[in-house]
Amino acid sequence: MANVALRNVRKAYPNGFEAIKGVEFEVEDGQFCVLVGPSGCGKSTLLRMVAGLETITGGDIDIGGRIVNQVEPADRDIAMVFQNYALYPHMSVYNNMAYGLRNRGMAKDAIETRVQEAARILELNALLDRKPGQLSGGQRQRVAMGRAIVRQPKVFLFDEPLSNLDAKLRIAMRVEIRKLQRRLNTTSIYVTHDQLEAMTLADVLVVMNGGRVEQIGNPLELYEKPATTFVATFIGAPPMNLMSLTDSDIRLPSGAADAGIVGVRPEDFHLSNGSLPEGGLAVELTVEAIERVGAETYIYGMRAQKTGATAISAKPGELPPGEVLVRIPGQSAPAIGARIRAVAARDKLHVFSADGRQRIAP
Amino acid sequence: MVEHRRFGNLLPHIVLLIGVAIVAFPVYLAVIGSTHNDVVISNGQMPLYPGSHGIETYWKTIVSGTGKTTREPVGSMLISSLIMAVGIAVGKIAISIISAYAVVFFSFPFRMTTFWIIFVTLMLPVEVRIFPTYKIASDLHLLDSYSGLILPLIASATATLLFRQFFMTIPKELVEASKMDGAGPIRFFFDTLLPLSMTNIAALFVILFIYGWNQYLWPLLITTRDDMQTIVIGIKKIIDVKDALTEWSVAMATAVLAMLPPVAVVVLMQRLFVKGLIETEK
Amino acid sequence: MENRAIFSGRLLAPLLVLPQLAVSLIFFYWPAAQALWQSFLVQDAFGLSTEFVWLENYVALLKTPEYYHSIGVTFVFSTLVVAFSLAIGLLLAVMANRNIKGVQIYRTFLIIPYAVAPAVASVLFIFMFQPGLGMIARALQRAGIDWNPVLNGNHAMILVVIAAVWNQISYNFLFFLAGLQAIPKSVIEAAAIDGARPWRRFWTIVFPLLSPTTFFLIVVNITYAFFNTLGIIDTATEGGPNAATQTLVYKVFQDGKAGADLGSSAAQSVILMIIVIVLTAVQFRYVEKKVHY
Repeated sequence: MANVALRNVRKAYPNGFEAIKGVEFEVEDGQFCVLVGPSGCGKSTLLRMVAGLETITGGDIDIGGRIVNQVEPADRDIAMVFQNYALYPHMSVYNNMAYGLRNRGMAKDAIETRVQEAARILELNALLDRKPGQLSGGQRQRVAMGRAIVRQPKVFLFDEPLSNLDAKLRIAMRVEIRKLQRRLNTTSIYVTHDQLEAMTLADVLVVMNGGRVEQIGNPLELYEKPATTFVATFIGAPPMNLMSLTDSDIRLPSGAADAGIVGVRPEDFHLSNGSLPEGGLAVELTVEAIERVGAETYIYGMRAQKTGATAISAKPGELPPGEVLVRIPGQSAPAIGARIRAVAARDKLHVFSADGRQRIAP
Repeated sequence: MVEHRRFGNLLPHIVLLIGVAIVAFPVYLAVIGSTHNDVVISNGQMPLYPGSHGIETYWKTIVSGTGKTTREPVGSMLISSLIMAVGIAVGKIAISIISAYAVVFFSFPFRMTTFWIIFVTLMLPVEVRIFPTYKIASDLHLLDSYSGLILPLIASATATLLFRQFFMTIPKELVEASKMDGAGPIRFFFDTLLPLSMTNIAALFVILFIYGWNQYLWPLLITTRDDMQTIVIGIKKIIDVKDALTEWSVAMATAVLAMLPPVAVVVLMQRLFVKGLIETEK
Repeated sequence: MENRAIFSGRLLAPLLVLPQLAVSLIFFYWPAAQALWQSFLVQDAFGLSTEFVWLENYVALLKTPEYYHSIGVTFVFSTLVVAFSLAIGLLLAVMANRNIKGVQIYRTFLIIPYAVAPAVASVLFIFMFQPGLGMIARALQRAGIDWNPVLNGNHAMILVVIAAVWNQISYNFLFFLAGLQAIPKSVIEAAAIDGARPWRRFWTIVFPLLSPTTFFLIVVNITYAFFNTLGIIDTATEGGPNAATQTLVYKVFQDGKAGADLGSSAAQSVILMIIVIVLTAVQFRYVEKKVHY
């Protein structure tokens, strides 16, 4: 049991590329921390630095009150679940789990007890004599988990452990991982690029971008009060609409002086021709496309003014400039080409500085 | 990885340097040997640095010959070697790419039989059927001819297998699409298959060139005339006169000349060589 | 074999396979068949009459002590060549696989021996080991060893083994390196986290995962030691002294060249063919299965 603290951690490669540019956060004992961000943001590198698989070139990593910068992975008392599971293909499931314990010189019967216990928890008893090649993806995933938990380490590290599973299994395993972590109460750091996975698993969510931390907090906090436009578009699906206040059709009744961008989540818009609520925002749109997914309907509308603020949050998969996504419950929707008016209440507006790096209101 | 090795990265460097020394030393000595005169070498007094007789020795070796041991200067042997090596490489590639093409993309009677006939030749290396093969070559009047040097060595299951394996990775849809575009089998071969196979052909060429250049047993038997000899055979005749009578400087110059083309090919086309080596065997 | 036959070419396809089939039949099958046929025949001294004698040539062959001697030589020679060239190749590959600077340069040097013809490699080593003038021979003599591969059978054996090992290092190095690079990095990392130090990691994880490569190389190296070293032996020792370096393949070559006993020579060839067939079969069976996984 331990907490993990990162203090101004940096990683620069010999070619000068800076992968991690000074990261600072702390995971309390027993907490489930999720690092999330787009690919290339440095989250996996950071996790591997905590594991000792990558050296660090600046700052300190502290596990359970001990600075481990120079400590070999074997001596950090951590266990890791890899994206491709990294099972030993030539060993049986039993030996895969026992290997780490044998290396540490544990007595044979103690190993037996621990492995059997882990196998029981993960329902692997029937598979102990199989080789990894004879297992399904989900079973391999369990073995990788088993190999981590038999060690009873101070910290679990997960490197996108569910990304190789199909959608259904991924959800099931996600729930299982969370239950298991609660039960063992072991400090965990979990890396994923899937914001839904991040939202559902995390006690603490760390959003990373370009080698830096964008925001730290609990998932709902991040959803409700994203600190930057990056977080605003990364957390929540479909992503928040961002509109530039320099566009003539976007008017905030009462705005801070340095406000540059206003964001509205698709689910916070509603269609209305009535009067604008006090301090709210109305956008005139021409309907371009409709997607009905059953319980709700997505309306893609184009504003007359097309410059938009999309350039600020250069995220792939973003709406084209001037397009606004409105998400309304039910299945009724306007016709393509119809003119509509989408309205958001004042408390649903997220106001950011012009560069998107700072939240101004509320 | 954070790792505290006792000697850091020193150990791999030391081991690899020793390895390089073991590998390079014999070659280096041959180069040095080719630049000293025979008296110094025969006395065992050869220093470890180059001498001053290099140009003279190479001139003697390549162009004028010595009359004593080499009955022909090495120049003509180099040409024989080159013709044989290129002939074998090109011949093997040509006949195996078309046979692999037929076996993979055509349906015809005895397709599988054909494949197996080719495959089994893997199990009949020249060394085990050497004299009967010699007899046949002799009956076909192939002795002392380039066709005799090349033809019996160009049937190769390995090259056919490599092409077959590569062709199997070409998606069926590609063939179907090109068929829909109106391409017949010959057009498909030249417009699609051949361009796609270029890297494989180049890699194979590197391997087969070395294979051809370094042939020993077959050219030894099939050539009786000195001017048909390859350099790899010629070198044996130079040192055949054992002990002090051997013209060591000429022998070493010949060795250097015999190594130069294949070593240059391997070093300069390293990437293709490694690819060719690993893919033909697996 | 998967049938992806797409074109039907009753005329074209046979035409395409014809060259390879022709060469295979004329220069591979026909001589092999002749060797097999001759191995059942006995010719009189003048070559005037031949008689079909079933397995008599084989029985006679297996009664000659020279043949057993040659089997012994082949065994010793192949074992030494395979063991040393594999061990050296593996050691160098493991070192080159460590993340160090200059690996490209080391590799460039280490692949050179592959390009050198066995007969030429042999000449390089003769030059170093020639009594009286060779650099290493003189060093050995100074050290009090009466080095003379021309007269001493063991010395001759050592000489051809060294040349054969040297010639084969590149091959084993490259295949081991490719094998090592094919082992997923994360498996090694998992073992490191699981507390295995480099030495233990090598023997419990890396070496077992390398076993398909190792096995493949053992088979290939046996084939190499049996057949491809003829040039080395012929150039360095001609099988001597006193047949101390006369391997089975070299014996076939010598007996055939002397031309004395066609039947016996053919029988020897057939036995070698059987050995190649077994080795090839083992290799392919194994490659299909790929052990472990």
